[in-house]
Amino acid sequence: MTPQAASTAEAGTPVFELRGIDKSFPGVKALKSVSFACRAGEVHALVGENGAGKSTLMKTLSGAYQPDAGAILLDGASVRFATPLDALNAAICVIYQEFSLLPERTVAENVFLGREPHRWGLIDRAKMRAETERVLAMFGSARRFNADARVGALDVAEQQLVEIAKALSRDARVIVMDEPTAALNDAECALLFDLIERLRDQGRAIVYISHRMPEIQRLATRVTVLKDGAVAATFDDVPAPDTIVRAMVGRDIAEFYPEAAAAPGPVRLSVRGGGNARLGGIDLDLHAGEILGLAGVQGAGRTALALALFGVLPFTRGIVTLDGAPVKLTAPRQAIAAGIGLLPGDRKSEGLALSQSVLDNGMLSPRAFAAVAGSPGRTPHGDTAAMAARFDALDLRAAHYGQPIGALSGGNQQKAIVARWLALSPKVLLFVEPTRGIDVNTKAAIYAQMRRLANEGAALLVVSSDLPEVLGLSDRVLAMQDGRIVGAFARGASEVEVMAAATHGAHAAKAVA
Amino acid sequence: MSAPAETPGRDTPRGGLLTRLGRVNPVFWLLIALLGIIVILSPNFLEPFGYMNFLRRAAPIAILAAGQVFVLTSGGFDLSQGAVVTLTVIGSSILLGANPDATAFVIAAMLAAGVTVGVVNGLVVAKLKVPSIIATLGMMITLGGIALTWSGGAPRGYLPDTFRFFGRFMFKDVPLVTILPVAVLVMIAVCAALWWIMHRTNFGKLLHAVGDNPRSALLAGVPVTKVRVGAFVLSSVSAVIAGILLGGFAGVSTDVGIGMELQAITAAVIGGARLLGGHGAVGASVAGALVLQALFTVLNMLGLPKPLRDVVQGLILISAVAVATWRRRRSGED
Amino acid sequence: MAGLRLTTLIPLVLLTVALAIYATVAIATDQPQFLTFDNLLSLLGRSIALGITAVGQTFVILVASIDLSVANLISVAAVLASFIMDGDPSRMFPAVCAVLAVGALVGLINGLVVAKLQVNPLIATLGMALILQGLLSASFNNFAGAVPESFQGFAYGQVLGVPVSLIFLLGLTVAAWGFLKFTRAGSNIYSVGGNAEAAKLAGISATKVIVMAHVLCSLCAATAGLYLASRLRSGAPWIGRDGVYDLESIAVVVIGGTALAGGRGGVWGTLVGVMIFSLIDSTFNIAGIDAFAKQILRGVIIVAAVAFYVARSKRMAA
Repeated sequence: MTPQAASTAEAGTPVFELRGIDKSFPGVKALKSVSFACRAGEVHALVGENGAGKSTLMKTLSGAYQPDAGAILLDGASVRFATPLDALNAAICVIYQEFSLLPERTVAENVFLGREPHRWGLIDRAKMRAETERVLAMFGSARRFNADARVGALDVAEQQLVEIAKALSRDARVIVMDEPTAALNDAECALLFDLIERLRDQGRAIVYISHRMPEIQRLATRVTVLKDGAVAATFDDVPAPDTIVRAMVGRDIAEFYPEAAAAPGPVRLSVRGGGNARLGGIDLDLHAGEILGLAGVQGAGRTALALALFGVLPFTRGIVTLDGAPVKLTAPRQAIAAGIGLLPGDRKSEGLALSQSVLDNGMLSPRAFAAVAGSPGRTPHGDTAAMAARFDALDLRAAHYGQPIGALSGGNQQKAIVARWLALSPKVLLFVEPTRGIDVNTKAAIYAQMRRLANEGAALLVVSSDLPEVLGLSDRVLAMQDGRIVGAFARGASEVEVMAAATHGAHAAKAVA
Repeated sequence: MSAPAETPGRDTPRGGLLTRLGRVNPVFWLLIALLGIIVILSPNFLEPFGYMNFLRRAAPIAILAAGQVFVLTSGGFDLSQGAVVTLTVIGSSILLGANPDATAFVIAAMLAAGVTVGVVNGLVVAKLKVPSIIATLGMMITLGGIALTWSGGAPRGYLPDTFRFFGRFMFKDVPLVTILPVAVLVMIAVCAALWWIMHRTNFGKLLHAVGDNPRSALLAGVPVTKVRVGAFVLSSVSAVIAGILLGGFAGVSTDVGIGMELQAITAAVIGGARLLGGHGAVGASVAGALVLQALFTVLNMLGLPKPLRDVVQGLILISAVAVATWRRRRSGED
Repeated sequence: MAGLRLTTLIPLVLLTVALAIYATVAIATDQPQFLTFDNLLSLLGRSIALGITAVGQTFVILVASIDLSVANLISVAAVLASFIMDGDPSRMFPAVCAVLAVGALVGLINGLVVAKLQVNPLIATLGMALILQGLLSASFNNFAGAVPESFQGFAYGQVLGVPVSLIFLLGLTVAAWGFLKFTRAGSNIYSVGGNAEAAKLAGISATKVIVMAHVLCSLCAATAGLYLASRLRSGAPWIGRDGVYDLESIAVVVIGGTALAGGRGGVWGTLVGVMIFSLIDSTFNIAGIDAFAKQILRGVIIVAAVAFYVARSKRMAA
């Protein structure tokens, strides 16, 4: 324990404190008088729905944002971080979900980025490597790479260790981790938890952002819940998950997910023996009127399966039939023409043209399937007035539909994409991460819309890394692992059952010694 | 940026006259200002002979800009336009030197060649994934080589009157404007057609989507390759037409098209086209071309020597983009 | 080195193919004298100007920028050098200083426009190219001045049988390689090119790095101009344009393994790229293809080579 950390721990002064932070962006107040502190040797969990303000709060701490009001205190003294570098120099390290790494450079080069040890103007690579190895040694058996490894060649768990190494080499007093387990399997999670406990015992202050209750139960000393930009609750211990969730969401989970109106109808989409580089032995049937969920850890192949059905990463083996007739799905345009639609997982980079208007984004697919020289106002799949009416029906909030869609919130953007597909009346709709980054109320609206679509005869497939969401929404759930389907479950299955099937025989490569 | 409204919206923003005037592309105000300066420096400009000649000289670059903006909107650059112009002029002079009566046929052949160049450019960029800078610069060199080989390095200056009709001929005794150069008619017709394609067809909307986010467009079912090829074809065909006009009044040489693609890009950028794609307007690009022509006219009137035109153009190009980027940064990103 | 990666092998593969074709054509046209070591050495010698320019272009492409003003800067440098020297050996030194100063200034402006004004590098350098062209043709339209004999040693001198210019090019490459590999400034170039955001978060000034890369590039272009002035014994305004140094230097850098997106690659690959182009050019000469036809083929080959490279590296990334 560093002397300073020891003294503050005894004195009870938090290592850092955010007091009364306000932060606004054009059109939205992201943080309303938020206070948050962390002491040395504790893990303070920061919990909240997507859009609650967790990332914004941490960006204020890290100096990426300047607060509109409020104070940042370090060891009780007021400080100002004009740039992220100021926070780094104050030994505050934030590890975001999107890593800040240079894939073409080595681990050592990444760890010492911007402060490479040098002699007479030349980089002292030997020293850099030695220092990095010293830090990497702290990970114990968890790490399987050395300081000279190229970061781009490491997998996600290893890259995360590099990010942590960056923090450790600065002897960080505060480490903030934003959803660190999103991309890890069970074994990797266990190693990470051990590491976090060790860091905590070293007297560092750890902020742990997550919405996964088991992890919070395991690691946290204290819990703060953010909701809609304000502190909903602060607990000085770790209460039961239900208590936390109720503070996060404000309503019972069960109300969220609408039930099916009737039993599923005939098979619409069928795959036999489907396979490609990432998938193998895929046999599945999608019925009209049903919502089929895919569960599994990151890398299990769920998104790959959706992309295969949409022609983005096509099957190279096997047969796909749609309403009884075989189809070749080798390009998205083919899939759409056949009646299959996809809502991509990353809205901003794969679903939207951000500077184009809301209306143009909605009309994109109808226009893509109309005559090239035809009028953009009227297409065989409906005209602009009909699209606007659809937006209204979905309660899409926009100043006007000619506004660039990039200005809208995530939920409204998603509604526009949903409207786009509604215009084409697809037989099959594939949803990848349908509610990522979307506020609670819009989530409910989207679930309702999905159920309505199913009730009207479409077949829906849902891929989501939010297991409760998958279980709540779907009529049936398929568990996937390593590109294969390893289990099938009816409605009402528990998370434990499903995840057990999805992680049965955990990856041999990651087996812990 | 306005706060998200509480009530579901309508198609277009509301606003009084002043708000709507504030949203008009500044290029039009710039054009009016420059034309005003020209009139002050030389009141003869208001005579048909003055402004019609101005329009006639501006026609090729206006057509080039209107074509180039399609490629810019799709997120690329067409640096081969100038070479297409040169090849059109030289090729026509050689073909017509042998058969002076085959003007219609030669023009058709040139247009077909333009389509071919556009298709090749488009396929190389869309299918081979070569960056458009390199693809079109390579095309520029290749076309230059073809022009040199074909003319043996020494182009003959002959073009029959039937060909020069487009660039040179003027209708006389026209009511209201007295004279009407054919070039101006061609410019109006071509630019109107291009405007219609960009702003009144699905193609234009799909083009904007592809330029804004090609991945999203692909996943939404847009035939991205076809759209990209279409943009390059329109750009090359515009260059052929511009070449026909230029051959009419500038004569034959290997230099005739040099630098024209940069002028076209400058004009489009002045008109507000975004270099990363997703935004482009034909009307504004044509206005940008007229602005450029007006600026050169003013500088000419003030006695600035010809070579410094390039210097001015370079400065304008950089400034136009810098200003556009600055405005976008100020109003957009956080 | 932590393992030879496949992507560094591509340029060497291309080089081998080019060598094979060259040898085949030499033999097929019954001109085996082109296969001597001396001849291969002179091959590289003919591409000194391209090589010097390309080393500079490597810096700029590594920071995810690009420089299309090099061709005109070469012309300016050549004409200016020749004009100032005017055949007088005592004016060699001031001439070189003046030319390098102009080069540094152009690089500084390019860098600032790209980094501070955030103008697209293509437009920024194309605009600069236009400005340079205008200034040049406003002042000169033919060969200007003359280069004194002693300066011609740059292009024609020999040390122990090896051309001075070749030694210079190799020395420059070694210096550039050392700079990129061993200094913090060089490391920053890779960092800013690889992920400018991460670099900025770590406290690296992207502006300084981009400006530095552009200054280095322009200095190289100016040096290439000096070399050409020495070779042609005088400078003319069309030297840069004629040699198509802009597109060729970019193509050579890309073929050598440096990614257009920045952050990856190096100067040795660029040198391999120069050799490949040299071989292609010489193959045309041996085969007796005329200058105009060469131009047609050159355009096609540049595009084809880049397409090939893009296709291969995408397959590897997938």
